Amino acid sequence: MLDIIFKIALVGFSLSSLILLIRVIKGPSVPDRVVALDAMGINLAAITALVSMILNTSAYLDVILLFGILSFIGTIAFSKFLEKGEIIENERRN
Amino acid sequence: MKTNDLILQTATKTVVFIILLFALHIFFAGHYYPGGGFVGGLLTSGAIVLLLLAFDVKTVKKSLPINYRLMIAVGLLFAIGTAVGSFLFNVPLLTHAFGYFTLPLLGKTSLHTAVLFDIGVYLCVVGATMTIIETIGVSE
Repeated sequence: MLDIIFKIALVGFSLSSLILLIRVIKGPSVPDRVVALDAMGINLAAITALVSMILNTSAYLDVILLFGILSFIGTIAFSKFLEKGEIIENERRN
Repeated sequence: MKTNDLILQTATKTVVFIILLFALHIFFAGHYYPGGGFVGGLLTSGAIVLLLLAFDVKTVKKSLPINYRLMIAVGLLFAIGTAVGSFLFNVPLLTHAFGYFTLPLLGKTSLHTAVLFDIGVYLCVVGATMTIIETIGVSE
């Protein structure tokens, strides 16, 4: 019973990722694509959690936290590039 | 245009410690659980990259005065040291040993010389990643 619910949720997250992929491909501006990629990363963490529950293992729990951290750092790097044109500054001038 | 990154800098000051603690956990869990020196080193360099994003190179160099090229050398020395150390006990190269010790706070713990090799991997990964990012990523 619980397995069927997990699989239904998995299909839901897959559909959500697919719709986000449309936004990534034909998003009119770059920030649209960045936000869609960030949401896709979080969806991937959720899919990993569901798969780890279906496979009945706790070996993937580190991966979820890793996805969160990497998605955070990547989104911040992209938004800093969009705002300032450079990602790592030699000396901050403001 | 003046920019003010107060939210990013305050969030970074909190999140960096969580990432470093997670990296330490992944590093020390490597023998019994998924993880190890490579992922731990990459996560540590991810935390330093987050610092570089929120602040600038000069501030990070002042707060973390680490020579990353020296770090690679020290890591290789650790790996070679554990490999050559096996010659002292008349066993083949890279033979590792372990034993159970009673530590003051942790109680009965098994200490393995593979951890020393893993520290070498960790230092090499952090040093190489940060050298690449500091030489390529910084705009002049």
